[in-house]
Amino acid sequence: MATGDLALGQEQGAISTQKRVVNDFSINVATVNGSGSQSANSVLLKSIFGMGVPVSGKNLFPSNIAGLPTWYIIRANKDGYVARTRDTEFLVALNPETAKSDVMALPAGAVAIYEESLNLKQYRNDIVCYPVPFDKITASVCPEAKLRKLVKNMVYVGVVAQLLSIDLAVVEAGVKKQFAKKQKVFDLNFGAVKAGWDFAQEKLVKQDPFVIEKMDKTAGKIIIDGNAACGMGAVFAGVTVVAWYPITPSTSLIEATTDLLKKYRVTPEGKATFAVVQAEDELAAIGMVLGAGWAGARSMTSTSGPGISLMGEFAGLGYYAEIPGVIFDVQRTGPSTGMPTRTQQSDLLSTAFLSHGDTKHVLLLPGSVKECFEFGYESFNLAERLQTPIFVLTDLDLGMNNWMSEPFAYPEKPLDRGKVLTKEDLDKLGGFARYKDVDGDAIGYRTLPGTMHPKAAYFTRGSGHNSSAGYTEKPDEYQEVMDRLARKFDSARKLVPAPVAVKNGTSRVGVLAFGTTDFAMRESLDQIKKQYNKDVDYMRIRAYPFAHEIHDFVASHDRVYVVEQNRDAQLESLLKLDLPADQVVKLRSILNYNGLPIDARTITEEFATKEGL
Amino acid sequence: MAATATPNPKVNRIGLPILDYRGGKSTLCAGCGHNAISERIIDAMYEMGVEPERVMKMSGIGCSSKSPAYFMSRSHSFNSVHGRMPSVSTGAILANHTNMLLGVSGDGDTASIGVGQFVHMMRRNLPMIYIIEDNGVYGLTKGQFSATADLGSKLKTGVINDLPAIDTCALAIQLGATFVGRSFSGDKKQLLSMLKAAIAHKGTVMLDVISPCVTFNDHEGSTKSYKFMQDHDEPVNEVGFVASFEDIEVDYDSGSVYEVEMHDGSSLRLRKLQEDYDPTDKANAVKTLMEAEANHEVLTGVFYIDTEKPTFTDLLNMVDEPLATLPESLTRPPKETLESLMKALQ
Repeated sequence: MATGDLALGQEQGAISTQKRVVNDFSINVATVNGSGSQSANSVLLKSIFGMGVPVSGKNLFPSNIAGLPTWYIIRANKDGYVARTRDTEFLVALNPETAKSDVMALPAGAVAIYEESLNLKQYRNDIVCYPVPFDKITASVCPEAKLRKLVKNMVYVGVVAQLLSIDLAVVEAGVKKQFAKKQKVFDLNFGAVKAGWDFAQEKLVKQDPFVIEKMDKTAGKIIIDGNAACGMGAVFAGVTVVAWYPITPSTSLIEATTDLLKKYRVTPEGKATFAVVQAEDELAAIGMVLGAGWAGARSMTSTSGPGISLMGEFAGLGYYAEIPGVIFDVQRTGPSTGMPTRTQQSDLLSTAFLSHGDTKHVLLLPGSVKECFEFGYESFNLAERLQTPIFVLTDLDLGMNNWMSEPFAYPEKPLDRGKVLTKEDLDKLGGFARYKDVDGDAIGYRTLPGTMHPKAAYFTRGSGHNSSAGYTEKPDEYQEVMDRLARKFDSARKLVPAPVAVKNGTSRVGVLAFGTTDFAMRESLDQIKKQYNKDVDYMRIRAYPFAHEIHDFVASHDRVYVVEQNRDAQLESLLKLDLPADQVVKLRSILNYNGLPIDARTITEEFATKEGL
Repeated sequence: MAATATPNPKVNRIGLPILDYRGGKSTLCAGCGHNAISERIIDAMYEMGVEPERVMKMSGIGCSSKSPAYFMSRSHSFNSVHGRMPSVSTGAILANHTNMLLGVSGDGDTASIGVGQFVHMMRRNLPMIYIIEDNGVYGLTKGQFSATADLGSKLKTGVINDLPAIDTCALAIQLGATFVGRSFSGDKKQLLSMLKAAIAHKGTVMLDVISPCVTFNDHEGSTKSYKFMQDHDEPVNEVGFVASFEDIEVDYDSGSVYEVEMHDGSSLRLRKLQEDYDPTDKANAVKTLMEAEANHEVLTGVFYIDTEKPTFTDLLNMVDEPLATLPESLTRPPKETLESLMKALQ
């Protein structure tokens, strides 16, 4: 028995009688980048999921291939809260470099599991310490020295699973899924899990209150990251041309898209119904997207802030020459290179007005992996319907982390390919004017190159043009097109995803938020209700231009807090441009912009301070 | 009333008169070399019987890039942003690889702001005719040197260029373009033959056409003037082209002509003017261009041709139909596919 290692000594009795903490805590696995802990973290996450307990995982990783510290935070929460929490209660300290600071950051009553030689109990006497001879255990199950670094991670999975009472069979299923079809790899890894489990069972005395108990809250649910979900959306939108340039954190979006295309979009004859091009830079990527969109393909790219900056000039061309295309922006921490592996919602203003002149873009703002999928395919319909680039803004937190979700539903509506005139149409019409508002919705008709009719062609340009696509410098002709573009943007208000009134009761106070802020926002509203007995209304914004419901929401409240993850209150700024002056004064900001996903407590505290609660 | 007999206008092999290949009225300066190039494009497309609706006219920004408005009004045209014609063209041909890309760029648009996209397009061997209307100066901004201006050439203001020129032909050959040549807007015969051969080629055709700017670079001391070209134009070969549909038998001395069979069965006949110039020898082509530069000669003709190398669209192994108009049944996987994906994620 390892009783000598107990940090709490005489308090041991107190712990054993203290209230158990069931399915409501966070685990922090501190490792070194490149140590291969990802599979182990994934197995642990899926094991908790397999126990039916709502769970989320966040990878806090460095912009580095190997050697710098990495933390993986798993939150298990019986109520389904999946946002980041400020504290983690269960530390697995595998990185000697950060072990001291990691253990010092724990709240009282927390747990630390660590390589026994680190002797972390010397730093704290108010936590539970479980020293584990990881290297010794690993060596005993893994004769091959070079594999030990990887296998060691599975040992901690075993130790943690045993301490938290996770069903070993569930863990086994998780390992099996992770290493599908590779029996040898499975044997080695599950052997390590088992060795960790056995050690914990034989040598450690449970002194902490944290346990996982079986629930049924994950039945039928899936786990997926936002980038994969966006890619899936694009594939089910029938994307045909993908052009991209690698950039964190958006790369895996394209990789997921490409994998699906290769699997599901090759004809029986072995021919591709798609083209994927790794471009020389983001300028070329967006250029290819617009070239393809112009010629009639469903085209997309994916990038992050620095790529968005480079795409500026082309984005203006896309807006003014009215060319469809989809741009996924997986936002990361700016400005400049910023913190490439940390999250932020700070590209809102730069994408909304990307490019010079009077340019405005349609933004879609998914707030879950399910919406990544839905907006992923809807963005292509909107791009072709509105004949304009559509920006889908997610962020690193949503894009690169695993989230639980209801399974995605197959899009029931057929693809909307927008207003395209065929040869037969032209035979009837005798001709057309590319930029003329025929239907009163400010959207013109276009033709595709290759349409075999002598009147099909038109001249596409970013220079001044009239409604027949002719070059112009005439003031009235130029302005006619610009005014129509403004009306078209107004048409978009009714076509983009409407906001969700999460709660719209009788409160005089409301909040507005978008994207990943939603997870913390919902939790915070429950905290505010519980702690202050105060009801607050909440509307989640899902697109720009803003739908009229958002105006109504602001109008029907005295004060409206805009909660977002950037320094400059970018959503609030956009709202200020849109709302009448007497409504603007109602807006107040709650901001988080340190690179970590926003947590509920931060919102609650700031809300309480500002409301004088 | 008796019908007046109107003579049938002359038509090409697909029944179109040359009028159907014309464009809008040029707004470039009278005497600009670019206008002559537009005329040759019209002639070549007409003579080759290309369907105008199948052509995608591409350009960047600059005097040259305005010119697609002055030929082939029955073709779709895309005047994009400065230096980015290659990427837009790449996207367009991926969307519909049954169309033909004809791009007109300038020396600034290609060799300065656009050199990044230019080199990558050459590297991909994108099926496209890429014409540089090369006058060595920026016209629309009133006569600054471009990156193809020769070392020592002089601006109207007396400024001497002290940087070496980028040889777009040498660059294109080295990077992987498969049909590379230089011509002169004033040489109707050579330019027309090269353009017709370009239409028959499969892969990147890069034609650098010296096209004097009568307003800013046609003076004494310019190396891109009409006079300079008349004095210094040194063809490496005499370009002859016989289209696949033409039934012409020409007797020639096989020792003096390099004959290249094109994809469509056309024949490119390069009469040797410089001793044994072999247009399939990449290293020699680059060496010849570098030596000419040292000797202050302007070589013209077809420098390099490779009819075997796969194009970018070949490498992508796409279906025969254009991606743009594939039916939903081919582009959106069925419901069962999504269901199985969802199951795997549970």
